[in-house]
Amino acid sequence: MATRFLLTLLGSAALLAAQNPTLQGHPEDYARADIEYGARLYVEQCDRCHGSSGTGVSGVDLGSGKFRNAPTDQQLRNVITNGFPTAGMPPFKLDATDLTGLVAYLRNMKTIDRGSLKPGDAARGKLVFEGKGACLSCHRVGDQGSRKAPDLSDIGSIRAAGFLERTLTDPNGQLLPINRPVHIVTKSGEIIDGRRLNEDTYTVQVTDAEGRLISLTKRDLREFKVATTSTMPSYKGELTTDQLADLVTYLLSLKGQ
Amino acid sequence: MRLILLTLLSVLLQAQTPVPYERLLNAAKEPQNWLMYGGDYSSNHYSRLTQITPANVKNLNLAWVYQSPTTGSWQATPLVVDGIMYLTQRPNEVVAMDAATGRVFWIYRYTNAADVAVCCGANNRGLAILNGTLFMGTLDAHLVAIDARSGHKIWVAQVANGKAGYSVTHAPLVVKDKVIVGVGGGELGIRGFIAAYDAATGRELWKFYTIPGPGEPGHETWEACAPDTQQYCDPEGWKHGGGSVWVTGSYDPELNLTYWGAGNAGPDYNPDQRPGDNLYTASVVALDADTGKLKWHYQFTPHDRYDYDSVQVPVLADITWKGRPLKAMLWANRNGVFYVLDRATGKFLLGKPFTKLNWMSGIDENGRPKETPQPPGKPVYPGPQGATNWYSPSFSARTGLIYFSAWENQGMLFGPAPSVYKEGLQFGGGGFQAFVPSPDAPESGIPGAPGVPNLRRGPINNWTDAAGNGAVMAVDPATGDIKWKYPMTDVTDTGITTTATDLLITGGREGYLQILNARTGALLWKTNLGAQMLNNPITYQVNGRQYIAAMAGLSFFVFALP
Repeated sequence: MATRFLLTLLGSAALLAAQNPTLQGHPEDYARADIEYGARLYVEQCDRCHGSSGTGVSGVDLGSGKFRNAPTDQQLRNVITNGFPTAGMPPFKLDATDLTGLVAYLRNMKTIDRGSLKPGDAARGKLVFEGKGACLSCHRVGDQGSRKAPDLSDIGSIRAAGFLERTLTDPNGQLLPINRPVHIVTKSGEIIDGRRLNEDTYTVQVTDAEGRLISLTKRDLREFKVATTSTMPSYKGELTTDQLADLVTYLLSLKGQ
Repeated sequence: MRLILLTLLSVLLQAQTPVPYERLLNAAKEPQNWLMYGGDYSSNHYSRLTQITPANVKNLNLAWVYQSPTTGSWQATPLVVDGIMYLTQRPNEVVAMDAATGRVFWIYRYTNAADVAVCCGANNRGLAILNGTLFMGTLDAHLVAIDARSGHKIWVAQVANGKAGYSVTHAPLVVKDKVIVGVGGGELGIRGFIAAYDAATGRELWKFYTIPGPGEPGHETWEACAPDTQQYCDPEGWKHGGGSVWVTGSYDPELNLTYWGAGNAGPDYNPDQRPGDNLYTASVVALDADTGKLKWHYQFTPHDRYDYDSVQVPVLADITWKGRPLKAMLWANRNGVFYVLDRATGKFLLGKPFTKLNWMSGIDENGRPKETPQPPGKPVYPGPQGATNWYSPSFSARTGLIYFSAWENQGMLFGPAPSVYKEGLQFGGGGFQAFVPSPDAPESGIPGAPGVPNLRRGPINNWTDAAGNGAVMAVDPATGDIKWKYPMTDVTDTGITTTATDLLITGGREGYLQILNARTGALLWKTNLGAQMLNNPITYQVNGRQYIAAMAGLSFFVFALP
């Protein structure tokens, strides 16, 4: 990472880490998409000081996946975010998606064969997004697309790679309950089909297909139905593995400029 | 029952349409909304709403409350657009909510850089809007464009280096297709500027430095150090000369001029190390809104010694001046003087003290103050918090009066000291100490006198009249005379809004939301919100119901008639 070395104080295996079996670098604990994304970030951000094997800095072995001062993933994220100024490692301003990917890769450097990783291609993914996937018919990126479904302009900074991959293949399983589709008929006969944004005992806040923000009181509603299935189709079997990887990579590139 | 239904259906019945520049131009004609920080381009903080009147104001009830999850002084003024309220909370979050109920639609959170250096807290004072995009400045000196419907980031532009003390804490000003912001950091040795960005892309379109560089007009006011000086003098003082901009400017569409107040010179309290008038600190600048070129300037406090930021909101008013119509700029300044300028030319027309001051003895015909620097150990009036400050004044064309919140009789002992500039560190040039007047020697400094009570109020008000007092002032711009004054025991950092029913809405550190008669200054209604009020109250309307909104402590209160 940058000009100085990363994780100087994290290098050697430690008892604390050994006591936590989830931190030992089991690929099954992390989404492969996150590991692949993290591998790319590692090359961009870390490789120069730490080397491809993670041993580029004396006394530090990132490949061990175990760090004395960061036994938990959250602590590892903190180390990357805050740096170790006294050891020469600067802080890195990475978003939640980047940190998830980088941590996933660091925890699995030892067991993952980098040659087996097949990161997608964002340019090809954009073609899938706008073409075969027809994503813009519901989603919006920048000033393009529809407002029926969530705006994806900065999805790459708020959702991890694994989450995105799962959403594409199992949208119902990943649908956040607060984002469920709603069908509303007011007592005055107005019909609103949209997404739930917020709800309490007495009111509900939704956004409709035009992206209008609408706040309603339940006692004024004749019908209020919340669907448990997503309006988004599953792309499992519809897109090839490579196309899915490309699409995820494109989505990860959407950082809100 | 009918009223209840109207309230509950709230936003549904409101047409939510984009806010093009034409709507901003005519913001005053949409009194149901609050489309920009100052209410409209003239920053009059005046509303044409008429539902709440002096006769029925006593019936105001609490409609809803929003609690901020973040601590620290909350200084934001919300926007209200077609039933949706957009409110910022510390440090850089935007909350979109139903303006009739306070229920939240979405929250946008900006993550500031960890190494940002700010002088005065994680403040943010609000937003601007154009079409469907909101604009927010950030503590780490970026400008963010946010989709007003979805709450998603559209673009981020770097304005300056936050690590070096730059920040953007005020609400941006949109003019045509540009978003205009200035930079804060006057206590951290910045070189201030105002810049415009393309609203569609975030690309910088022009930049005006409030500290002119070599070869630019005004640079000569950063004079060379005398060769035989015994004082510490910085030969390149202009490079970190301050001139911060941290409150939103105004705009005159006919003149196509945008007006901004510039802050103190840096370092604040040691003027000897920056000889000269130090343009354009403690000044107002009038810039061509298309190009950023300087049309005129007026410096309220040359060679500022006392942190007399001219970071007040420029109030644009069309008044009668000596029998003739005048496009005026009205300005109650932190230095204790109320000014009237010709806003087309910058010509000085009037300067009249509105509170006790001793840093000058008068103003000459060209508008230059006759300075009377006080010797060491003597108190200076007003103190560095100023006789007024950043909180918005209001002008009512109905009453012909300008209203502002003032600090009276508050002096300080100043102690200048050399400051060597280091990036991102405090650059104050000394400091100040409270002066508490003694009945026997009201003009004498008292070394070792107790300090000013903490500016963050607890439930017990330990501010006393010995340290100064607050007031709402109503001034006739034709004469500079105080028409009426509403005194308060404690001082006040609350802005003012007036209405077409002659209500004056304000507050103070005592925590009272108070509504006065704008013509007489008589108290019409008050309620205790329980904490100091540090923002500008506003009024708006949703589905035919008028609301009054004000902030106190960490809570945002909204009132309406039953």
